[in-house]
Amino acid sequence: MSKKYDVIIVGGGPAGLSAAVYASRSKLDTLLLEQNRKVGGQPTTYEEMENYPGVLDTTAPELVKNFREHAEKFGTEIERGEVKDVSLDGRIKSVTTKDGKEYRAKSVIIATGAEPRKLGVKGEAEFKGKGVSYCATCDADFFVDLEVVVVGNGNSAIEEAIYLTKFASKVTVIVIHEEGVMDAEKILQERAYSNDKIEFVWNSTLEEVKGEGLVDTAVLKNIKTGETTDLSCDGIFIFIGRVPRIDFVEEELELNENGYIEVNSERLDTNISGVYAAGDVRDKYLRQVITAASDGAAAAMAAGGYIEEEDYWQENVLETEETVLVAFWSPTNEESLEVINRLEKIGLDAKLVKIDTYKNTLVSERYDVNEIPTVLKIEDGEVVDRTVNPKLEEINEFI
Amino acid sequence: MLEVNKENYEEEVLNAEGVVMVDFWGEGCERCLELMPDVEAFAEEYGDKIKFAKLNIKGNRRLAMSQQVMGLPSMVFYVDGEKKSHLSGDELTAEEIEEEIKKYL
Repeated sequence: MSKKYDVIIVGGGPAGLSAAVYASRSKLDTLLLEQNRKVGGQPTTYEEMENYPGVLDTTAPELVKNFREHAEKFGTEIERGEVKDVSLDGRIKSVTTKDGKEYRAKSVIIATGAEPRKLGVKGEAEFKGKGVSYCATCDADFFVDLEVVVVGNGNSAIEEAIYLTKFASKVTVIVIHEEGVMDAEKILQERAYSNDKIEFVWNSTLEEVKGEGLVDTAVLKNIKTGETTDLSCDGIFIFIGRVPRIDFVEEELELNENGYIEVNSERLDTNISGVYAAGDVRDKYLRQVITAASDGAAAAMAAGGYIEEEDYWQENVLETEETVLVAFWSPTNEESLEVINRLEKIGLDAKLVKIDTYKNTLVSERYDVNEIPTVLKIEDGEVVDRTVNPKLEEINEFI
Repeated sequence: MLEVNKENYEEEVLNAEGVVMVDFWGEGCERCLELMPDVEAFAEEYGDKIKFAKLNIKGNRRLAMSQQVMGLPSMVFYVDGEKKSHLSGDELTAEEIEEEIKKYL
């Protein structure tokens, strides 16, 4: 049997690495699986890092390199592996990589991020590597003093359009919205407007990519008039959003209509207990390095809490031979304190386990405890009796 | 692995007999750097049947474009100097490259 970790983190971008820092610093035995040799995720292909508070003179690739060092400093193991298969139900979860290695853990954090969306138009696939690109830092060098088209109007599209002006002689941005409307942040819009090399085509989409050997024409379609026009260009960069990498969990986890993993709360818990989703792969408002890092922290702490609760419950309630009385209480609930008090004073013939419902929501939810005080009697792992809001004198009877 | 550039491309690739695979890469291309160790390993494994070469596009941009390469990573296969296939894209995997190599064995 392979080693059993506390936490396996799938994906080594900012969310995964941040989860690794928090998990391993909390003394959880942590493994991070990344499909690439180089961890760091999306920021490894960015240039600048302009909006991570406190980080002024560090590039995006340097920042995520520091994330990695930080995680390793606290003991995270990092291995290369692309997860293809998972078994997430039950207390011990396992993930299997493409090369057939199986890893086991008490908890799993999914932080696989997202990849560029393809437009799916005629010629797009054919001209990949021949002028159609999804990565400005990879391919900008080819377009020195040439003319390129950028399709899209979100943050990535506009940032990359600005970056491309350092190389290309002209950058035409194709925007699907009305004139003056873009999804990108205002500061980026302003920079684009004031850049002499950038031009815009509004109300339009890319209809087809044409060329002979290399791209030479972008066929644009005006979505208002339906009219198509040929725009001569040497390259076409497509930045029309991203799609989450969820192939390996799409059967198991609840997803939203766009394929992002749904989480239930700020704990970033999915529909399977002990499984969390962090970063761009989950349904969320803002996809940035800082929010990915924040997700990683929350997911790791939630995973830690889950493991502690599960281990405690397993050991003290389910695996014990004694009869167990489980008293659900909360520090703010007077009656529950009295019940606890009473239970502690009577000479019990059973073992008493107290569950603070404020801290431990998992067990309360699993046993449908909606009201406190509640006391469960458990024998051989099964609930044999339950009393909700008992009067003090009823307790004697119950036990 | 053999490094090619605008000086020796003709001799090493275009005038070469048999199969040549050229790995077009660049320093700013993360995917290229990621794939490079795999390509090096393929060169070791299949080097007796196929000639492997790599080309840093820095300083060789025109040459790359003359070979209809305008995006990285790009793996281009030649048979007797004639371009036969071209794999590209930032999702290109080592498995896909190996599959293509096997077609030429």
